[in-house]
Amino acid sequence: MTTLKRLNRRHFLGTSATALGAAALAGLARPAIAAEDLTVGFIYVGPKDDFGYNQSHAEGAAAVKEMAGVTVLEEENVPESMDVQNTMESMINFDGATLLFPTSFGYWNPHILELAPKYTDVRFEHCGGMWAEGDPANAGSYFGYIGMGQYLNGIAAGHATKSKKIGFVAAKPIPQVLNNINSFLLGARAVDPEIICQVIFTGEWSLAVKEAEATNALADQGCDVITCHVDGPKVVCETAVARGAYVCGYHADQSPLAGDLYLTGAEWNWASVYTDMVAKTLAGEPIPNFVRGGLADGFIKMSPLGPAVSDAGRAQFEAARAEIMAGGFAVLKGPLMDNRGNVIAADGEAFAETDVKLESMDYLVDGVLGSTS
Amino acid sequence: MEPVDIGLWGVPLAILGGAIRVSTPFIFVSLGECLTERSGRINLGLEGTLVFGAMSGYAAAYETGSPFAGVLVAAVFGAMFGLLHGWLCSFRGVNDIAVGIAMMLFGMGLAFFFGKPYIQPVAPDLPALSLGWWSDIPQVQAALQVNVLFIAGGLLALFMAWMFRSTRVGLTVRVVGDSTDAARAMGLDPDRVRLLSTGVGGALAGVGGAYLSLYYPGSWTEGVSSGQGLMAIALVIFARWNPVNCFWAALLFGGAGALGPALQSVGVSEGYYLFFAAPYVLTLALLVMTSSPDRAMQGAPSELSLTK
Amino acid sequence: MSTIGRIPDQDRLTAAQILSGLMPRAEAVLIPLAALLAGFAAFSLFLLALGKSPAEFYALVWKAGFSSAFSWQNTLSRVSPLVLAALCVALPARLGLVVIGGEGAIVLGGLAAAVTGTAVANLPSGLGMVLMALAGMALGGLWIGAIGALRIKRGVNETIASLLMAYIAIALMNHFVEGPFRDPASLNKPSTAPLAEGLRVGDMPFVAAHWGVFAGVVACVLCWILIERTTLGFAARIAGDNVRAAQVQGLPVARLVIGFTALGGAFAGLAGYFEVAAVHGSANASLIAGYGYTGILVAFLARHNPLAILPVAVLLAGFEASSGLIQRRMDLPDATILVFEGMVFIIILLSETLYGRLRIFTPGFWEQS
Repeated sequence: MTTLKRLNRRHFLGTSATALGAAALAGLARPAIAAEDLTVGFIYVGPKDDFGYNQSHAEGAAAVKEMAGVTVLEEENVPESMDVQNTMESMINFDGATLLFPTSFGYWNPHILELAPKYTDVRFEHCGGMWAEGDPANAGSYFGYIGMGQYLNGIAAGHATKSKKIGFVAAKPIPQVLNNINSFLLGARAVDPEIICQVIFTGEWSLAVKEAEATNALADQGCDVITCHVDGPKVVCETAVARGAYVCGYHADQSPLAGDLYLTGAEWNWASVYTDMVAKTLAGEPIPNFVRGGLADGFIKMSPLGPAVSDAGRAQFEAARAEIMAGGFAVLKGPLMDNRGNVIAADGEAFAETDVKLESMDYLVDGVLGSTS
Repeated sequence: MEPVDIGLWGVPLAILGGAIRVSTPFIFVSLGECLTERSGRINLGLEGTLVFGAMSGYAAAYETGSPFAGVLVAAVFGAMFGLLHGWLCSFRGVNDIAVGIAMMLFGMGLAFFFGKPYIQPVAPDLPALSLGWWSDIPQVQAALQVNVLFIAGGLLALFMAWMFRSTRVGLTVRVVGDSTDAARAMGLDPDRVRLLSTGVGGALAGVGGAYLSLYYPGSWTEGVSSGQGLMAIALVIFARWNPVNCFWAALLFGGAGALGPALQSVGVSEGYYLFFAAPYVLTLALLVMTSSPDRAMQGAPSELSLTK
Repeated sequence: MSTIGRIPDQDRLTAAQILSGLMPRAEAVLIPLAALLAGFAAFSLFLLALGKSPAEFYALVWKAGFSSAFSWQNTLSRVSPLVLAALCVALPARLGLVVIGGEGAIVLGGLAAAVTGTAVANLPSGLGMVLMALAGMALGGLWIGAIGALRIKRGVNETIASLLMAYIAIALMNHFVEGPFRDPASLNKPSTAPLAEGLRVGDMPFVAAHWGVFAGVVACVLCWILIERTTLGFAARIAGDNVRAAQVQGLPVARLVIGFTALGGAFAGLAGYFEVAAVHGSANASLIAGYGYTGILVAFLARHNPLAILPVAVLLAGFEASSGLIQRRMDLPDATILVFEGMVFIIILLSETLYGRLRIFTPGFWEQS
């Protein structure tokens, strides 16, 4: 943890600088304040113990609670409607919060954009990477390159699958999800180019029965390693295990749910990100408006490899992890086609994890069974 | 055992498997509602009962280590919700549909309120019987993993049909449902019969909830039901208040729900929201086809506010 | 219930006579108020049983919902969709129909308004706004009106049909927002194209809430006039009490049912329009916020009286606005407000049994004493 944190500090500004250059730093927001008691608010769209997205953020909030001179406020199950504006204003007006982490993607537009100009001495930090030049200076975005984690999941999956068919339960065909699906397959194909990945979209971020049915449908089609991108992977995990399929986790560590069938998982490491941002605020240092990071920056981490991962699998996994940590690694590189036969990357072309083109991804790569609409 | 490539056969198999997996809560809630409606009341609150049953069943199974204790606890709480509904409706001028909506809010509120500590823990699952032993294909074996509650639901449907047809209890419920005045003339207490019918109906809905959290999808989350209790009530109407038909309607609805994911898994992936809406469209179409403006619905208890 | 006290002789007006005239009218106000207080008391017992302070709870509700300009803004910002969604329940209820699928009309109304918004970008913005609102109302009205038509033409139960239609509406909205009407630039949150600035609805002067609140007030007053002061409303009330009697008297029951359900749906559609034009700026899955379901609660608490819907909506909005503060200060889960609403709802419904049965509301009670 301490090493991670140090690593993180060192890379923090560096990453954001590579991501957006000095432009972001120019938009720095609040005047430095003295180190007094800081009230930080965390807002979640679902229950904060969902074994998934919200839990990963709540774990970050729990780490912030440990810091001296910080009061943490939390509110869960806040819909992306007027409710979240009310929650933010309530935290500001009644509890004196000056740093807010509204963590759901849909909180940005219109809600944060509406409030940030109204409360210029409050810092709004939004998870999702939406901040762009011209947006309020006291708002900021942070996000992690979790596709790399799904790529590593894919390597573990590629070694574990016998049917050469792996499965993905996805919520909606949006760029972040598509990037995860593609990375998962390409990781597996780094092991064996014959592997295919079946995807099923449930259409909702959290819908237990549909997620279970999707997982069963994948197992029926012979997928023997399953991962997902929904808010709470608990149901997918448990259903996959009941069908005897291996599981790659997502968002948080699901190894308690999947036992020996758990290969590894792509997890957020918000504890590292949040403690860093709060420490900066306490020290009166600015937080850049646009922050992104990957494995090397301590934004994401991998669950420890499970017992089912073979020695060969471990070796390739660790080699790929080292390559990613070194920076500049590209999961998507030419020659690469999408599953409709269009060229995505020509021979020699590659999209590194920081490439902004990945953020408007609207295709599934060749080898993924499924469609984006 | 290697999975076999079953290709397009996956769709009918998924519908069969889905029907068996998904239908059980619908079976229990619709049988419970069938009993309640046969006595002349409608309880829309079963959605709340279902959710509370899911929470309390999961909590009890986790605390005791026994999933059957969970089912029992869910049934007891379900009965309490049912009795509360029945008691409230026994007052003159109190509308049973409105009370149902209030009970739905109340049940869900209590379930979410007390269910927070049980989102994380893992409770033991209800056991299943493997009825697919005759097949070598693992997908068939998986589809025919039949939970004991599913079988219990099927037997209960047969039992209830027999009860309505040939027993004194069944006759009592039917008389009360068909005419309050006739029931009074026979020396029956309609309010008490309805109270008990609603109580038993609630207990069955509670068991349906326990199935959700203890077997499929098999964990307690706040979105575990997402409206299944309400849909089960809709099923009763086009099942014509016949318990055996309730069973088939629940199977049909469960199978329709499996259609969307199964079609995607074989490559029919465009417009999946529309496939996901299939169970609702199907139910609505069946309702429209089987309803009639002129005569009271066949099989409908005449005291039911729903059909007046 | 309709017994109105005799008008007492002006010359010999006594306290008893005033009360005998007043109390029968007061029944419609005093019973719900008493029931509301009983609901508060019941919830206090619930909190006490959990070792929490009811006084702190109500103090926080007051603080977060009503104590300051900010609190009022917080409360009022939720009122508009609640009021309009409640009308979607209250109007059909006048005919004895229980429609619980207003959520579907809100979602589709929002979608229709947003799609119209992209089509009218070149028109003057005032005209564009009117067309958007009309599109939302039209689709909402068609959607709920179809439920009325199914009821009257095919005998399909409206409660169940409206519920099914709400699920279908949400699926349709998702399909169109993520498919045909998706703005390609809405990357990670599929939405329709953002509305032009001129088509956005802003806040009212002096009140930090958008114009939807004003629309809600106007809608309630119009509905009250429709029900209480027009022959149509009178006919609807007769049909609501007894369909057969209404038919025998030659009232156009079918048209009344379809008209009232469609009007209710139009108001829910209007709520969707305001959600899009005043809050979200485009249609997307955030429209599914559950206002349609809270609207049911508001309508029943208001006993389907359009004028009573306004204070009830404000009260409930205030409670919902305090949910966050209660979570943070009292360490209670977010479902606390749901439990509270369920309890109050049940007790208000139970109080229905008191109408016409309490002697203090009869003129005779006061004349004798």
